[in-house]
Amino acid sequence: MPKGTITLESIETLSILDEHGHVDEKLLPKLTPEELLKAYRFMLFGRRLDEQAMRYQRQGRIGTFGPNIGQEAAQVGSAMALADQDWFIPSFRELGVWLWRGLSTQAYFMGHMGFEDASTNLKGAGNLPMAVPVATQCCHAAGIAWGIKIDKKKAAAVVYFGDGATSEGSFHEALNFCGTMHLPAVFFCQNNQWAISTPLKKQTASGSLAQKAVAYGVKGVQVDGNDVFAVYVAAQEALERARNGKGATLIEALTFRKSVHTTADDPTVYRTIEEERLWESKDPLSRFKKYLESKNFLNEKKNHELEEKIAQEIKQGYEKAEEFRNSNPDPLSYFDYVYERMPAYLQWQKETAQSQCMGRNMIKGATEAAVAGSGAAAVGQLEEAAD
Amino acid sequence: MSTKRLTMVESLNLALFEEMRRDPNVLVLGEDVGVNGGVFRVTKDLIKEFGADRSVDTPLAEEAIIGASFGLAVYGKRPVCEIQFDGFIFEGFDQIESHMRRIRMRSRGSFTCPMVLRAPCGGGIRALEHHNESAEMLYCHIPGVVVVMPSGPRNARALLKASIRSNDPVIFFEPKAIYRSIREDIPVDHDEVAPLGKAHIARPGSQFTVITYGPMLKVTMDALKKRIEEKNWDPEVIDLLTLSPLDNETILESVKKTGRVVIVHEAPRTGGIAAEIIARINEFAFFNLQAPIERVTGWDTPYPFFARELTYIPDAPRIMNAIENVLKY
Ligand SMILES: Cc1ncc(C[n+]2csc(CCOP(=O)(O)OP(=O)(O)O)c2C)c(N)n1
Ligand SMILES: [Mg+2]
Repeated sequence: MPKGTITLESIETLSILDEHGHVDEKLLPKLTPEELLKAYRFMLFGRRLDEQAMRYQRQGRIGTFGPNIGQEAAQVGSAMALADQDWFIPSFRELGVWLWRGLSTQAYFMGHMGFEDASTNLKGAGNLPMAVPVATQCCHAAGIAWGIKIDKKKAAAVVYFGDGATSEGSFHEALNFCGTMHLPAVFFCQNNQWAISTPLKKQTASGSLAQKAVAYGVKGVQVDGNDVFAVYVAAQEALERARNGKGATLIEALTFRKSVHTTADDPTVYRTIEEERLWESKDPLSRFKKYLESKNFLNEKKNHELEEKIAQEIKQGYEKAEEFRNSNPDPLSYFDYVYERMPAYLQWQKETAQSQCMGRNMIKGATEAAVAGSGAAAVGQLEEAAD
Repeated sequence: MSTKRLTMVESLNLALFEEMRRDPNVLVLGEDVGVNGGVFRVTKDLIKEFGADRSVDTPLAEEAIIGASFGLAVYGKRPVCEIQFDGFIFEGFDQIESHMRRIRMRSRGSFTCPMVLRAPCGGGIRALEHHNESAEMLYCHIPGVVVVMPSGPRNARALLKASIRSNDPVIFFEPKAIYRSIREDIPVDHDEVAPLGKAHIARPGSQFTVITYGPMLKVTMDALKKRIEEKNWDPEVIDLLTLSPLDNETILESVKKTGRVVIVHEAPRTGGIAAEIIARINEFAFFNLQAPIERVTGWDTPYPFFARELTYIPDAPRIMNAIENVLKY
């Protein structure tokens, strides 16, 4: 074989809405003012929800969690493209998608209070629970997409993960499965530039994450992840391809984790204020707001009303979650979900546990009144996880 | 002798400084261990003294972290890799099971694997899912690796130093519930190295034996304190420190002395270290027993989310209940 070159497929990039709120009209997707305001409402809701949760966490009312602040366009933009029959396979930083797919504020807070009960109603909705072990869920997407293909459904499996996840074997193995089996999957990477303290340049020597698709025979696209329109369009196209039997797509959405990795993290140790300022100017929410105002879809008064409604809803959701916590939930209910039928020895263990929990409030974080007379530690008294 | 009062995070950090100064072949690697100093700060400031070549921020890839450590070790370096939480060792479990533990045997000693895999373990700090398990027994079932778990700042330092100097691969579990909650005097100008494979008698006694390790040592000692003071109880408390290979001798001697045994661990009940200890007592000291052995353990369930974790972790009432059963038999 003489010397030659192999031409690799090129990677498309896309941006529609810039930092100043200006759009490229030719590329703008057709969305009604109502649809636009709905998108804005979800982005704003997610932002405020995390901000309020940060305060609650600092007050010791809820546990460690990872905020999504700065990534609202990537999350809501992609969620808008999802249909009910599509599967949502999350990692742990997709609040906007969760809210769009129906997560209640109460369930959000119950999760942050450490209750599995928050996930009780997942059945039938095509949403998997969070996957904390980084990238492992990518393989699940291959399996779900495979099932969809076997059943010849017009649907797709959409899996979310971060830039750090692209270093894990699971990500590569899953992409390869989807490439070779031509599966209806969308790999949605929120490249927020950081994996805890590890910057992208330590994560990969590759010029982009999107190009990793090429080696697997999968389409790769890179979009401005803080541009809700670009994300929506790219997700829509990828989903169409998947639903129409044209295979998988890897979307890299360029965004920025504006806040801490989790409430136990301190970014001042590893990144600069300059970097944070640079990304502040690219904020997804403020640029979308500017656009909506320029089109007269939104004004200060409307925005203010929206903010008030959101604050109210968040407060109510939190109160309902706290009510649940103080309602004496069965502290041993987790035994009931280990197997379809509880083995006899486990039953004995549950009974032993019951006799030993009797008369003591074993629910962490229940308020003083509920804890009274018990040896239980209240939330806020214990050391935090550092991740 | 000068001492410093340190937490376990600080004493482990000290041990790493000391070993890296002593031996230029020692290096640390893992996710967020360099600039950030580890999410729990165990590797804090190593990068300042030893540079980014010996305190290495790796990509997010546990199999490569563990597998590359294996490679470094057979090459002749002494890697100390950190897996951020023990719940994320599984991505690289293959390397432990298939390579780390076998290389000595399958190469008839031509190669050894002098590496340490450090990972925080255990629950009790209301952490997220996958950040709470006590999975140490999975590794105790892998002959060829040494499994260590300290119970306080002082033995943590001495055991980590020993682990780094060991020519066998060591899985070093750090109970994060006591990372910062206990301070102890550390003899900082003394090169204290604890023997691996040796249990420690945390309190000598003659009435009954409590065997435990890691985070449960403090829970056990706190639970016993009042009875020792007010009721003249005289327990012998054994702190295992090394879970595999297990120190038969210390355990059996104590059983022969007291005849009554309670074993406490946070890990699930089935196949926990208690099961192994009970089997060995059965093999070697059955006729010394004066009562059936009791065990206080985590349950045979996945670790619950943190709102319910108090029901899972052994606590003072459960331990007392078991001891009373053993005493009144
Ligand atoms: C397999 C595994 N290793 C390590 C961790 C600890 N951890 C949690 S999030 C994270 C960084 C993830 O970075 P990235 O994929 O970019 O997602 P982001 O947090 O930025 O959303 C790490 C190392 C984990 N959860 N799972
Ligand atoms: Mg990231």
